[in-house]
Amino acid sequence: MSLKLGVPSKGRLMEKTFGWFEKRGITLSRSGSDREYAGKVEGIDGVSLILLSAGEIPRELAAGRIHMGVTGIDLVHEKLPRWEQQVEEVSRLGFGKADLIIATPACWVDVDTLDDLDAAAAAFRKTHGHRLRIATKYHRLVREFLTEAGVADYNLVDSQGATEGTVVNETAEAVADITSTGETLRANHLKILSDGLILQSQATLWRSRVAKYTEQDKAALSALLDRLA
Amino acid sequence: MTNTSQIQARAAMMRVRFEAAGAQVVDPPLLQPAETLLDLYGEDIRARAYVTSDALRGEQMLRPDFTLPVVQMHMNEGAEPARYTYSGEVFRRQEHDPDRPNEYIQVGYEVFDRNDPAGADAEVFSLFALQLRGLPLRAATGDIGILTAAVQGLRTTDRRKAALMRHLWRPRRFRVLLDRFAGRKPGPEGRDTLLDAENPLGLDVPMIGKRRASEIEARIEALREDRDTPPISDNELAGLETLLNVRETMPFALEQLRDIAVDLPQITPALDRLEARVASLQARGVDVERLDFEASYGRTSMEYYDGFVFGFYAEGRPDLPPIATGGRYDALTRQLGNGAEIPAVGGVLRPDLMLEIEEDAQ
Repeated sequence: MSLKLGVPSKGRLMEKTFGWFEKRGITLSRSGSDREYAGKVEGIDGVSLILLSAGEIPRELAAGRIHMGVTGIDLVHEKLPRWEQQVEEVSRLGFGKADLIIATPACWVDVDTLDDLDAAAAAFRKTHGHRLRIATKYHRLVREFLTEAGVADYNLVDSQGATEGTVVNETAEAVADITSTGETLRANHLKILSDGLILQSQATLWRSRVAKYTEQDKAALSALLDRLA
Repeated sequence: MTNTSQIQARAAMMRVRFEAAGAQVVDPPLLQPAETLLDLYGEDIRARAYVTSDALRGEQMLRPDFTLPVVQMHMNEGAEPARYTYSGEVFRRQEHDPDRPNEYIQVGYEVFDRNDPAGADAEVFSLFALQLRGLPLRAATGDIGILTAAVQGLRTTDRRKAALMRHLWRPRRFRVLLDRFAGRKPGPEGRDTLLDAENPLGLDVPMIGKRRASEIEARIEALREDRDTPPISDNELAGLETLLNVRETMPFALEQLRDIAVDLPQITPALDRLEARVASLQARGVDVERLDFEASYGRTSMEYYDGFVFGFYAEGRPDLPPIATGGRYDALTRQLGNGAEIPAVGGVLRPDLMLEIEEDAQ
């Protein structure tokens, strides 16, 4: 048995995570070919690397199948209700920064705030006979945010990708999505509401509060935390 | 610990008592079409109800309460007047508190009667009090009808009143709107520039989406109109604020409300109805001298109630949800009645919580 560290299995997030650990003297690498999702850990004992999709890491942490994991704050908060009880934030890694925001068409000159969105939603429902649709994959976070703000007469519609395109395609009137530079939003003629910031996310190292830790795991954990401090 | 069969036995006993009071037993299906619920509650219901689906009937929800199916049933086929009782499971998604059950039994009683609404209010309340007799509970009452009368009688535009009415059940948003309409809060930055612009839509961005330019123009026109509307007067605002804070035993509450009616005369008919209800409650042996009345009661959780509202709470167990709740929902029958409507009042009890409190007491 060893302390299991879950890391995103693909792309920039994986490379940057590897780089972040490298700076702290821990070398993570993929073993074997690029297609194989097994990993290798050098520079520290008793830690093993599990490569996973970033979206699955919250669930694996909450199930205690991995002890540590790197994934976005957005995914942990969306996927784990009462996340504080299941995972603990160890370190923010300083990359993968993105904001979860609410955006409307830029041509909605009368809509700047959630207050306006609510008023527009009421009128929209009267005119079109259905609620104003907001496309997102962050259902829980968006719903809680809008409920808290007292916005009514909207519907969330599921969009797992190309969310910014839903407005042009008229499958939604507004979107709630992750953005880092706002470039994709602008390219799709969308603008962010002035009080539409739901969450600021970045890649973060988490520790599972529910995983079982053997004496060996505890030693490995404390050695790892020392290195990261 | 109480077990399911004890809870079911208690529920059955309570239902028999409601039958003895003249109610007919009804048994709505566990699966309810999601559309009606979504139409009524919007996205919020998704956070509270379990959704399932099949290819034939589309989205269905596991019954989150009985009131809606009972009202629908009555509006479709009920004779008048009618009294119904039911008992069975309701299902509520829980995402924040693992200690709250996601499935529990409710026993309910609903009255559809055009005659003597004050009497029907008192009938439901006193039958509930009887079912709960001997338990250490505190009853709270309120009246959404007084609030709606206050808002609808404000000396301001229909648009403002409609906006306030729409958010009566969201106290924070209601407050924001009230502050804005009273001229206490400025609009968002740049709003004046937009409203003063000769061609507000003259931006260099393409029109996209289903919300058309004409709708944007209409809202700008509405915003302009609103900017030119005088603020809600200090007098009315102060009256409304005092009203929202009334929290007294029934006789003192009524006295305070009559004072408030000097500034807000529009609430007088609603106060007359409250007074008639108090008399009916008294006639049924309810100790109204000690009954609590809170003008804001029922504003956060009871969206379809529009008149009398009440709840019974366990004293010394603030962790428990209310043991029983109910109220009047005339407008709901209108919404679901396809043109028909009938005054209606009712409520539900939680036998599981009653048994838990009895156990505590031993």
